[in-house]
Formats: sequence, C-alpha cells, structure tokens
Amino acid sequence: MIPELGQFALILALLLAAAQSVFSFTGAARHNEIWMTAGVSSARGQFFFTGMAFLCLGYAFYANDFSVLYVASNSNSALPLQYRLAAIWGGHEGSMLLWTTTLALWTVAVTVFSRHLPAVFRARLLGTMGLISIGFLAFILFSSNPFDRLIPAAMDGRDLNPLLQDPGMVFHPPVLYMGYVGFSVAFGFAIAALLGGELSPEWARWTRTWTTVAWMFLTVGIAFGSKWAYYELGWGGWWFWDAVENASFMPWLVGTALIHSLAVTEKRDAFKLWTVLLAIFAFSLSLLGTFLVRSGVLTSVHAFATDPKRGLFILAFLALVIGGALTLFALRAPRVGLGGRFGMVSRESFLLTNNVIMVAAAGAVMLGTLYPLFLDALGMGKISVGPPYFDTVFVPLMMPAIFLMGLAIFARWKNTELPALAIRLKWAFAVSVVTALILPLVMGKWTPLISLGLLMALWILTTAVVSLRERLLKRQGSWLTALINLPRAYQGMIVAHLGVAAFITGVTMVKGYEVEQDLRMSPGDTAQVGSYQFRFDSIHDEPGPNYTAARAHFSVTRNGNPVTVLEPEKRMYTVQTMPMTEAAIEPGLVNDLYVSLGEPVSNQAWAVRIYIKPFVQWIWAGCLMMAAGGFLALLDPRYRRRNKDQQEGEKA
Amino acid sequence: MMKKLMVILLLLSPLLVGAEARPLGDDPAIEARLKSLSQELRCLVCQNQTLADSSAPLAEDLRREIRELITKGMTDKEITDYLVARYGDFVRYRPPMKPQTALLWVGPGLLLLAGLGGLWFTLRKRNAQLPDDNEEGEEA
Repeated sequence: MIPELGQFALILALLLAAAQSVFSFTGAARHNEIWMTAGVSSARGQFFFTGMAFLCLGYAFYANDFSVLYVASNSNSALPLQYRLAAIWGGHEGSMLLWTTTLALWTVAVTVFSRHLPAVFRARLLGTMGLISIGFLAFILFSSNPFDRLIPAAMDGRDLNPLLQDPGMVFHPPVLYMGYVGFSVAFGFAIAALLGGELSPEWARWTRTWTTVAWMFLTVGIAFGSKWAYYELGWGGWWFWDAVENASFMPWLVGTALIHSLAVTEKRDAFKLWTVLLAIFAFSLSLLGTFLVRSGVLTSVHAFATDPKRGLFILAFLALVIGGALTLFALRAPRVGLGGRFGMVSRESFLLTNNVIMVAAAGAVMLGTLYPLFLDALGMGKISVGPPYFDTVFVPLMMPAIFLMGLAIFARWKNTELPALAIRLKWAFAVSVVTALILPLVMGKWTPLISLGLLMALWILTTAVVSLRERLLKRQGSWLTALINLPRAYQGMIVAHLGVAAFITGVTMVKGYEVEQDLRMSPGDTAQVGSYQFRFDSIHDEPGPNYTAARAHFSVTRNGNPVTVLEPEKRMYTVQTMPMTEAAIEPGLVNDLYVSLGEPVSNQAWAVRIYIKPFVQWIWAGCLMMAAGGFLALLDPRYRRRNKDQQEGEKA
Repeated sequence: MMKKLMVILLLLSPLLVGAEARPLGDDPAIEARLKSLSQELRCLVCQNQTLADSSAPLAEDLRREIRELITKGMTDKEITDYLVARYGDFVRYRPPMKPQTALLWVGPGLLLLAGLGGLWFTLRKRNAQLPDDNEEGEEA
C-alpha cells in the first residue's frame, strides 16, 4: 500500500512540476500575478509530493518490505537501521529519487527566500527549475521506478554492498547532491536573466548567494567522499581520478570559476556573458556527471549499448538542456552590454585568467574521463587513463592559477601597475622561494615536486599575510578586534585561499614523505615504521550485526612511550560473503598512523600494511576551510542589507 | 576457513615469541621498484584500482610475477612492455603516446592556450570598444 502511495505521489509531483513550469512561464509572459502565484504554489506542492515519495521509499526500507524490488535488491533484514535508510540512495533508482528530491528542496528554498526578486524574474526562474524537475520525475517514472513490485516477494533482501555500509554513506551522497543539484538554481538564474534580456549587477549578487551555498555543499561533499575512500578502501588513497570522482570535480572547478566571475560581474558589471555561460556549464557538467554515473556507460560502453533506455533518456535530456540553454544564449547575447572598462593588468583580468585556467582544467579532466569511452566506442582499442595521466596534466595547469591567486588579492580593480605590485610582494615571494627550497632539506628529503608544492602553499600563505598586514596596519585598536571587523567577504576570501594552501600542503607532504610498509606479522611481532614501533599484540573474533570480523590489536609506541592502540578488522559480510578491510587510523595534525589487515599468509602470520601519512588531514581540513570561507563571505552584510532595502522599496 | 585460522592463531599466540616483523619481500630495493611500477598498472579484475593498491588474488599473483621479473634483471620498461604485450594498453594507467592518444596528451595544453589566447583577444577588442573613463578604482 505504502509503495503505491509513493508511486502515486510521484505522478502527482510530475503533474505539479508541469504546472509549475506552465503557470510560471505563462504568468511571466502575461505579467499576470495570479498565474505566477499559482506557479509558486505548484512548486511547493511538487516539493510536498516528491518528499512524500521519498518518505514512502524510506518507509519501505524501514519496514523491510521485500515485495519492493528495489528494497529487495539493496537491503537486508539484518542491516542496521541507519544503513537501511542510507540504502534509499544505495542504488540507481533511489539515487535518482534523491536527486529529484534535492531539486525540489532547492526549488522550495527559492520560493521561500526570493521575495526580494522581481516577480517576473522569479517566475522565469521557477519555470526553468520546473522543466528540470519534469525531466527527472519523468525519468524516474518511466525508466527507473523505485516502487516496482517484486512478485512473489523475496524472503530477504540481497543486502547493501558492504563497501557502502559506512557512516560515509549516510552523509556523503545527500551533501554532494545538495551541491550538484544546487547549481540548477544558478542555471535557473542564468536562463531567467537571458529570457528577460537583462543582466544587472543585482542579478550577479542574487546568483552569487545561491551559487556559493551550492558550491559549499559540493566542496564538503567531495571532501567527505575523499575521506571515506581514505579509511574505507584500505590503502589510504584519498583521490583516484576515478570517473565518478571526476564527475563531481568538473562541476566544482567550473563552480569555483563561477563564484569568482560573479564577483567581477557584481563589482564591475563586466563579463556578464561569460558568467552566464559558466552558470550554464556548471549545471550541464552536473548533468553530464549524472549521465556518466547513471547510464552504466562507465562500467562498459557495451553495457550501455545493450540496455540503452536510461542512458539515451539522460543523453537526450542533456542535449535538450544544454542545447536549449546555449541557443537562448546565442539569441540573447548580442543584447547584453559590456560593462565597466578595465586594463589588461587589473584584478578583473587576473580573475578572468584564473577563470579560463579553471575551465581549461575542467576540460582536461573531461578529456581524460571521456577519452577511453570514445576510443572504445569507436573500436580503437581499450586504454586506461588513471592517476599518472591526471597528475601529469593537472598540476602544471594549476600552477599559474595558484601564482595568480596570490597576485589577484593585491591587484586593484580597473587597473594595476605591475612594478608596484612586484615591490609590494617581493618579500612574500623571496620568503616563499627560500623556505620552499630549504624546508625539504631540513625534513630529510628534497625533490623538485616537494619544493614546488611547498612553494605554491607558501606563496598563498605569505601573500595572505602581507595582505592582512597591510589592512591591519591602517586600523586603530587591538589587532584582534581589527581582524574581526574586517569585511566578511574579505575574511571569507582569505580563509578560503588559506584552505587551498592547507590542501596543497597536505597533498605535497603525503606524496613526498609517506612511509609505507608491507609486512608479514604474527601476533607478538613488532615493526619499526618511521619513528614509531608497532606491536601486533593479538587477533580475535568479533561478531558484528551482519558480519563476522577478525579484529587485530596493535599497540603503537614511540621511543618506548605509548602512543595509541589500533584495531584494524577484516570483516566477512554474511549475506554477500564479501570480505572487507576496515583500517584503523590514529589521525593527527602532523601524522596519521594507518594500519590495515591484508590476507592471512600462513597459519599464524598476516599480511599487514602500515602507513605513516604526514599532514594527510590537512587535505580535508583545507576543503573545510574553503567551504568556511564561502560561508563567511555569505555573512557579508551587503547581501542582506540591500535585499532588505529592496524589499522595503517594493512594499512602499 | 578464516575462522579456523583464527582459532589456530588464538591457540598459538601465547606460544609465539615476539620478533621483528619481516617485510613481505626480501629486498627493499626490489620492493621500491615494484611499488613504483605497480602504481602505474591497472588491476585487471578490479573496478578501477592500481596493482599496487589492490588486494585481489590476481593482483597478488601479478605482483609476485613482476617481483620475479625484476629479480631476473629486467628494466622497468621491459616489464611494462611485457605486460602490455600480454594484456594490451589497458593495463597501463599512463596511456602511451600513439596516434590515437595524441589528442589526449596535447588536448589540455591546447585548451589552455586557446582559452588564454581567446581571453587576450577578447580583452583587447573590448577595450577598443569601450570609451575611456577616469573614475577612481575601488578596492574590495
């Protein structure tokens, strides 16, 4: 009964999404307020019923209703409750439902927080988002219905993939989707502006708030996923340039470019077309990512060819959305003005250069991700494009961007003098270079890559320090109050940029100084890894809720002083009889200690992997700082104050 | 089977005398080469994992084989060529430079150059179109 209710709710949601689009667009075209209000109500109704469908599916998982095919394929009665609920998005159908629910959530947020927008503009925005909702709801109903019944019902479910039975599964997908799908709002703003033929600095300010929120979610979501891979996969990698990862990274790169380009449009009314194009691209890449992950094209081009229904649907939808948006863009572009003038060397030009680099980097990631698919589809051979390729290509692309990042925060709008810039930054540059050259020597291993990585991180740090110092010297009162009183937007920028520095430091240090040992250890054995001593004390059976585990006990000491106890596990999940390695990690500011159990190699001995991963936590701390920077920038009073003014103006 | 092993282990553990753990391989130099080599090779039975990171039995076997090849005195290039001859280019995570992969390798550079060139010309054209104004620049 409940699944049928969910099915019914989905159909109603689809109808309401259609109503949302039709009422909104018609209302906007006729300037008819009643129609536009009907559009808003339909959007809220659409959210209500999409949410209801989502809850119905959740209930089916909660109640172990194995007469629902999707539940039977992705859950099991022995699965702990939190994973049963996370299993809602554990497979294709549920992921799509999460996607469209997230979209409905963003839509309803737009209806609530957009009272300051002109009514016609808001109607066009909601109309556009409604079109996207129609696409996804139709996709779910016609090709990926999670409520399909299984008759006769299964006795028990086939269980959630053990890899996914982790707290990461509870948080990572929803947060990531909030980011991914959040770019649909920026897309809607772009389309609404193109339809109206007006791109004002106001438009940029509105768009900026929404884009920054989506970007924050995406940043945190990606960091979450990376951290999860780090502790779950048992070899301590944090990024593999896997197609699924790249699918989220491409919109991130373009989204990052977009929030910077919006800054130029807001401040200087310039490069409006480029900003609109980026907004279109960011969301298109989100859709492309969905297509890549959901069509099955990644596992095999041939799998896609044998069951092309889903893939073709998304592909057609993708073509429609991107094609439609770009056509509209081409039609309206000539009408949009150029905005303020600026010199070839100015903050604007630096920001735009970095924009171009970010987009080129996203293009490179796309090339590497899609190339093997195309070669295979054309019958030109199977190749693998992996980390060695991306590292080789990506790092050189990013280096000039990092350098410009340091310069851009000093450059003035409109025009800036290069020699003056050089004088202001000579100390920052000198300190960065010297430290980057010497520091690796002090740490006992010098390679060009370590030095280069440190140089980039130090350059961001020193330029930020110089910039802060210049600002604080102008102030009266204590440094601390002066620091707190700096504009929020500026604070946000500094925090986010320092986040990039922390991230680069983490990557450089862990790549350069990681210690890894593959050992064969029996209980009682000790191993010296780096300056730490690991003693394999014992191993014993430990029953889990839906698995049995062998849990080892390692005590770690350093110069005879106890440091920590690590208990890595080897789990055997009973339903799918799949072995899983559960690494034990002692995280630290400077070092992570990481132990994972391999296979038993003889009667007593186990293969054991021990890593010391320096500064690896800085990678995720850096990502969180970037997101925190975005949050600080949102607190800037200009977003609220002017919105409020306008609201009052409207009322008057 | 694992359970049985564990029981044996538990029974034996008090009898075992603690010793310094032995590395899985004997020669650290060979292990280092094996690691750098296998980080660029694909585990063929895994979803998307390098040979170095995989714990699949087949990966284990292949690593053992590479270890033997290194011991025989083959160079890294010879070993990679040998594996490519057996499994095709698919086994390499760093695609070789060939006519059909040329675009893959030069593409990113081209994208960047085209982007920067495009930006340069757009800015030049834009500045020619816009009239000069002398307002004070504001600092953010």
